[in-house]
Amino acid sequence: MASKHINHIEPYSPQFGTMIPLGTQKFFRTCVLWQIVRFVAINIRMTILILKSHH
Amino acid sequence: MARLIVMGGGVSGHTAATFAKDMLGKDHEVIVVTPNSMWNWIPSNIWVGVGGMSKEEVVFPLAPVYEKAGIDYRQAKAVGIHPEGNADGETPYIVIEYTDETKAGQTEELTYDYLINATGPKLNFGATPGLGEGTNLGEHTVSVCTADHAEHANHELNACIEKMKNGERQAFLIGTGHGMCTCQGAAFEYIFNIEHTLKEAGVREMADITFITNESFLGDFGMGGIHFKMGGFATSSKIFAESLYAERGMDWILGAHVNKVEAGKVTYESLDGEMDTQEFDFAMLIPPFAGVGLKAFAKDGSDITSDVFAPNGFMKVDAKYDAGAYENWKASDWPRTLQTPAYKNIFAVGIAFAPPHTISKPMSSPNGTPINPTPPRTGMPSAMMGKAVAQSVVDMMQNGATEPTHTACMAEMGAACVASAGKGLFTGTAAAMTVYPIIQDFEKYPGTGRDLNGTTGELGLAAHWVKHVLHFVFMWKAKLKPGWTLIPE
Repeated sequence: MASKHINHIEPYSPQFGTMIPLGTQKFFRTCVLWQIVRFVAINIRMTILILKSHH
Repeated sequence: MARLIVMGGGVSGHTAATFAKDMLGKDHEVIVVTPNSMWNWIPSNIWVGVGGMSKEEVVFPLAPVYEKAGIDYRQAKAVGIHPEGNADGETPYIVIEYTDETKAGQTEELTYDYLINATGPKLNFGATPGLGEGTNLGEHTVSVCTADHAEHANHELNACIEKMKNGERQAFLIGTGHGMCTCQGAAFEYIFNIEHTLKEAGVREMADITFITNESFLGDFGMGGIHFKMGGFATSSKIFAESLYAERGMDWILGAHVNKVEAGKVTYESLDGEMDTQEFDFAMLIPPFAGVGLKAFAKDGSDITSDVFAPNGFMKVDAKYDAGAYENWKASDWPRTLQTPAYKNIFAVGIAFAPPHTISKPMSSPNGTPINPTPPRTGMPSAMMGKAVAQSVVDMMQNGATEPTHTACMAEMGAACVASAGKGLFTGTAAAMTVYPIIQDFEKYPGTGRDLNGTTGELGLAAHWVKHVLHFVFMWKAKLKPGWTLIPE
C-alpha cells in the first residue's frame, strides 16, 4: 500500500537512497506543544555547548 | 594610554572592539577601522532574500553605537601594515584609506600598540568568469552575502514568482559558484527558504530547484561532515541533508567547480573531470572568499606581505602551516591564541586568520582542479575568537601579561548553527545543529572525531523560533543595549 506521506521517488535516483520522513515525524516537527519542549531542550543544549567552549 | 586598533567591524571585529573598550574603560584608546557604515546581522540576510525581513531589520548604523561606547570609529579600509614602523621611528602603524563620502580616498597613518585583524573576507566574485568582477556581483546571478545583495535577490525572486503565476516554469539553481567556496550553510538555508516561499506563494509545482555544491557529499558543510546521535545511531549529516532535499523534491549536483557563468547557464567541472552545464532562470551562487588584500611592510619599506599573510591573503597566526598531507592532519594544527608568530602585538580573528589547512578532505578532478570546501569560521566561532583575543589584549595592555591569556581554538570549541529551512511563526522550520568540537579530533574522539554528546541535529519549528530569537538577541547585543555583555557569543 502506498504511503500518503511520500511523493513518487524515481528508483535509482540519488533521492531514492536516503531516508524519507513519514507522517508522525512531520507532525511532530510543527506540533506546537512538542516544539515548545524542543525549544527549551535546544536552548539548554546550546548553553552547555557555549560553557564548554569558553577557555 | 595605549592604543588598540581593530581592523574590521563585522561579527568578530565588533565583538573584539566592544568587549575590549568595555574592559579597558577610559584608560586606553580603541579605534575601529571598517569601510562599512552599517553593521549587518548576516545570518538574517537569508530572510531578506525571500522577503521575510526588510533590509532595515538586519542592519544598523555603526557610528552612534561606537560613539556611545567611546570607540573612535573610522569609516575607512586598512591598506597597509607597518609592524616595525619606518625609517623615522619604530612605532608600528597602519595606513588607512577613508571610504566615507566626506573624506573618500584620503589616506592616514594610525599608530598602534596592539592590532586585531578582523577584516573578514573579500567576496571574490571575480574568481569565476561571469559571476562578477572583483568584489562586485555580476549581472547573471544573485547573492545573499550582503543585505543589499539579499534585497536584490528578493526582487529577482518575486519576478520569477510572477512568471510562474502566469504559467511559465522556472529553474532555480542555488549553491557555490567556485570549487573552493566556503559558506555552504548559507546556500543550504537559501535553497530551503526559496522552496518554502514558492510553496507559500502557491507556485512550487512550477519550479525545478537544484543545489550545486563543491562538497563531495551533501552535509559536508566544509567540516568533513558531522555525525549526530539520532535514533540510536551515529547518523551522518549526509543522510540528514539528503533526506531534507529528497523530502522537498530538490535535485543536487555534487563536487562541482563552477568555472563559467553566462546568462541562464553555468558551466562546471565535476570531481570526475567531466564538464557539464546547468541552465537556470534564477541562480544564487556563493562566491569564494579571499583575504582583503592587505599589504605588510618592514621598517626599511620592503614588502613582507608573504611573511605575514598566507597566499590566499589571510593572516598567519599560531597555527601549524606545515602539517602536510591529509593523513597527517591533527586537531593541534589549529591556532589557539590567534597571535601572529612574528609580531606579538598583532592578532587575527574570524575569517581573517589563515587556517592551517581545510577541514574537509582535499580533492581535485583528474584535470588537477581543486574542488573541496574551505573551512567555515563565521558566526559563533568568529565572535568567540573576537572576545578571547580582546581579553588577551586587555590583559597585555593593562595587567602586564606578556603572553595571550585566553584561547579560542576551533579544535577546542563547539559551534551552534541554526539553519533556516523556511520562515513562519507556526509553519517555519530550521535545522538546529551543535558540533563539538568544530575540528574533528580523532585522537580524543575516536570514530567520528567529535563528542557525540555535544554533536546533535534536529529539524523543527522550535529551531526556527531559536533562529528568530537569536536575530533579536544579537541585534540587541551588537547595539550595546542594556545587558549586552551578559549575552554569550
